[in-house]
Amino acid sequence: MEACNCIEPQWPADELLMKYQYISDFFIALAYFSIPLELIYFVKKSAVFPYRWVLVQFGAFIVLCGATHLINLWTFNMHSRTVAIVMTTAKVLTAVVSCATALMLVHIIPDLLSVKTRELFLKNKAAELDREMGLIRTQEETGRHVRMLTHEIRSTLDRHTILKTTLVELGRTLALEECALWMPTRTGLELQLSYTLHQQNPVGYTVPIHLPVVNQVFSSNCAVKISPNSPVARLRQLAGRHIPGEVVAVRVPLLHLSNFQINDWPELSTKRYALMVLMLPSDSARQWHVHELELVEVVADQVAVALSHAAILEESMRARDLLMEQNIALDLASREAETAIRARNDFLAVMNHEMRTPMHAIIALSSLLQETDLTPEQRLMVETILKSSNLLATLINDVLDLSRLEDGSLQLDIATFNLHSIFREVHNMIKPVASIKRLSVALNIAADLPVYAIGDEKRLMQIILNVVGNAVKFSKEGSISITAYVAKSESLRDFRAPDFFPVQSDNHFYLRVQVKDSGSGINPQDIPNLFTKFTQTQTLASQNSGGSGLGLAICKRFVNLMEGHIWIESEGLGKGCTATFIVKLGFPERSNESKQPFAPKLQANHVQTNFPGLKVLVMDDNGVSRSVTKGLLVHLGCDVTTVSSIDEFLHVISQEHKVVFMDVCMPGIDGYELAVRIHERFTKRHERPVLVALTGSIDKMTKENCMRVGMDGVILKPVSVDKMRSVLSELLEHRVLFEAM
Amino acid sequence: MDAVAQWRNQWFDYTQYLRREGFLDDQFAQLKKLQDENSPDFVVEVVSLFFQDSEKLFNNMAGALEQNVVNFKQVDAYVHQFKGSSAWIGAFRLKNVCINFRNFCEAQNLEGCLRCLQQLQQESSALKNKLENLFRLEQQIVAAGGSIPMME
Repeated sequence: MEACNCIEPQWPADELLMKYQYISDFFIALAYFSIPLELIYFVKKSAVFPYRWVLVQFGAFIVLCGATHLINLWTFNMHSRTVAIVMTTAKVLTAVVSCATALMLVHIIPDLLSVKTRELFLKNKAAELDREMGLIRTQEETGRHVRMLTHEIRSTLDRHTILKTTLVELGRTLALEECALWMPTRTGLELQLSYTLHQQNPVGYTVPIHLPVVNQVFSSNCAVKISPNSPVARLRQLAGRHIPGEVVAVRVPLLHLSNFQINDWPELSTKRYALMVLMLPSDSARQWHVHELELVEVVADQVAVALSHAAILEESMRARDLLMEQNIALDLASREAETAIRARNDFLAVMNHEMRTPMHAIIALSSLLQETDLTPEQRLMVETILKSSNLLATLINDVLDLSRLEDGSLQLDIATFNLHSIFREVHNMIKPVASIKRLSVALNIAADLPVYAIGDEKRLMQIILNVVGNAVKFSKEGSISITAYVAKSESLRDFRAPDFFPVQSDNHFYLRVQVKDSGSGINPQDIPNLFTKFTQTQTLASQNSGGSGLGLAICKRFVNLMEGHIWIESEGLGKGCTATFIVKLGFPERSNESKQPFAPKLQANHVQTNFPGLKVLVMDDNGVSRSVTKGLLVHLGCDVTTVSSIDEFLHVISQEHKVVFMDVCMPGIDGYELAVRIHERFTKRHERPVLVALTGSIDKMTKENCMRVGMDGVILKPVSVDKMRSVLSELLEHRVLFEAM
Repeated sequence: MDAVAQWRNQWFDYTQYLRREGFLDDQFAQLKKLQDENSPDFVVEVVSLFFQDSEKLFNNMAGALEQNVVNFKQVDAYVHQFKGSSAWIGAFRLKNVCINFRNFCEAQNLEGCLRCLQQLQQESSALKNKLENLFRLEQQIVAAGGSIPMME
C-alpha cells in the first residue's frame, strides 16, 4: 500500500448521510458567517449599543464556529494532514473563544435581562403618567369650566339670570339633555319646578318636599345619582323606546342674609335648599364621571354664593327704596306739619282778635246789665250769662296764650305802666263776684311800691287775676287778702323757692304779691301738680269749677318769663291757701328802655287808627282823585303833599316822605318808569319811601308790572276810609301789600 | 215832629232815592266820612271841583270829536279821566256811561261816541241838580240846629 498522509475518517462513509451532513455543514457555515454581518449592520444602524466588545467576541465566536463547520466540509472525504491541522486549530480556537464568550455571557446576560426589565418598568411608568396626565387634563378642564360658569353666574346680580345662566352653561359644558331647578315654595312644603333648560315656561309643577329621593339629595353635599323615574327627574314625556340617560341631583343651599353673622360663618344647616337635576342625553350610554360630578357640586356652591349676593343686593336696594320712600313721606309730613303750624298760627291770629272782642263785649255789657234794675229772674239769667262768658273768655285766653307760650313765640310786651292801677282794676273786677259770694277782699299795696313800673302790663294783670280769681273761686266764704310790696333781698331768698336766685340791681325791683284766702284749701299732696297743664285735682273737679286747668300753668310760664317764681302753700283741706309770686319789673325813671311812656297805644287789633305826622306824597293828575285821596289821608292824620306831574314829583320827593301813592294809569306818564327812577335815587331800603300804585283795574298784568318795577303795593281806586287805614297799617308793619285778585 | 227831624227824614228819603236810582253809590258815603271838623265842607269842595273838571273835559271831548280825523285815543284818555273822577265821588251812572263811551272809542264808532258824550252831559247836569238839592237840605238841617246824619 502506498503510504499517504491522508487521514481516513473514523467510520466508513455512508453516501447519503454524508451528503446530508455536507449540505448542513455548508448552510451552518453560511448562517454563522452571515450572523455577524447582520449584527454589524444593525448595530451600525442603531445609535446606542453598549456592548461592542461582547459583539466582537460573539462575532469571533460565530465566525470561528462557522469556519469550523466550513473546514468540516473538507473532512468528509479523504483529506490531507494540513486540512486536519487547520481543522484542529480552528476547533481549538473556537473552543477557546466560545468558552470565553460563555464566561462573558454569564456577566452580560443578567445585565441584558435587567435592561429588559427596566424597559418594562419604564413603559409601565409612562402608561401611568399618561393616565395621570389624562386625569389632570380633565381636572383642569373641569376647573376651567367651573371658572367660566362662575364668571357667567357672577357677572349678573339678578337672581333669575343667575339661575338661568347656570342651567344653560351646565347644559352646554356637560352636554346635558335636560337641566332643571326645583325651588322650595313659600310654605316650604313643596318643591316647585322653577327653571328648565329647554322648556320655556315650566308650569307650576310641584312635588312634595319630603320625598325620600329629595331627602337623600338634601342630606348630602355631594351630587347624587338618582333614578330617572323619580318624580323630580320625570320632566319630559319620553317615548317608551328611549333609554333615559343617567340623572344626577345636587342640592343648592339658599342662603339668607341672616346667615352671615360675623362670628358665625354659615353652617349649611340652613333649612332651605333648591334641587338641581341634571340629565344626560338618552340613548347615549354616557356615564357620569367623577370629575363631572365634582363640577356639578362646585357649581352648585357657586350658585348659592351668587344667589346670596343677589339677595343682599336686592335687600339693599329695597332698603334704599324704603328709605327714599320714608324720606319723601317725612318731607311730606314735615311740610304738612309746617302747613298745619302755619294754619294754626293764622287761626290763632284771627281768633285772637275775633274771639276776644265779642267776648269782652258780652262780658262788659252783661256786667253793666247787672247794675241795672232787674227782676230776680232776669238777674239770675244775667248772672248765668256773665259766669258762662267769663269762663269762655278765660278758656279762650288760656288756650291761646298757652299755645303761644309753648311755641316759645311769646314775648313780653315791655312798656311803662301804672302798677298801682293794675291792682285797683283787679280789685274792681273781683269785687262783684266776691260780693256775691259774700267774700271780703282786702287790698294792701305797700307804700314803697313804685307807682309806675316797666314790664308786661297785660300779662302781669293776667297773673294777678288768675291767682286772685282762683282764690275767689275756691272760697265759699271768708276773706281774701291781696298784698303787694317790694321784695327785699333778704326775703327774696325764700326757703320755699330753693331754685330761685334773684339778682338785685339798680334798674329792677322784685314785686312780691301774696294772695291769701280762707277757702277750701288744697291737699298738700296735690300742690306739685297745680302748675301742670290740664290737671285738676279731684276736689276741684267735683266742685264743678269749670276751667280748663290751664290757668296756673300759664301763670307759671308768665312768671318764669318775668324771671320770677310762683308757689302755693296750704295747710290742708278746709284750711285755706296762700299763693305767692315774685316777678321782676323795671324802674321807670332810671330805665334804659327806648319806649316813651306816652307813646300812642296800639289797639288790641293790628290796625292803627291814626297815623299822626306820617308824611305822604300823592301823585295824580286827576284833580278830583287828588283831592279825595288827600282828604282820606288827612282824615287819618297824615301830612299830605300832592303833585300832578313827574317833574313836580321829583322836585318834591325826599327822604322824609314815608309813603308815596302814585296813579299808574295816567296817560302820557309812565308811572312804572318813575318807580324805577325812585329805586335808583334811593338805593337803601330804609331811605326809600313805600311805593303804592293806585289803579283803576287790578289785572294780572298791572300787578306784575308793579311787582317788576319794585312797587311795594297796589290798590284799587276808589279807596274807602277803612281800606286806606288798613293799607297804611299793613304797609307800615310789613312794608308790602298786594291785594288778592 | 220838629223841623230838624223833618229835614232829617227828608234827607234820608232823598239819599235813599239817589241810591236807588243809581245816581250815587257807596263811594259817596266814604266821601261823607272824610268830612269832619277839620274839613267841614270837604264834600262840597270835591263835588264842585268835579263839575268844574267835567266841564273842561266835555269841551275837550267835543273838540276832539269834531276833528276831521278823530283821534280816538285822545278821546279815550279824556273819558278815562272822567271815569276816574266819577268813581271817586261815587257817581254810579256816570261811571257806567263812561264804560260804554270807552267801548265806542275802542271800536272807533264816532256816532256812538257822540251819543255817549251827549248822555254824559245830560247825566252830569242831572246829578248836579240832585246834589245841589241834597246840599240845600243839609244846609237847612244845620240851620235848624241839627247835625247831618251819616250815610250808611
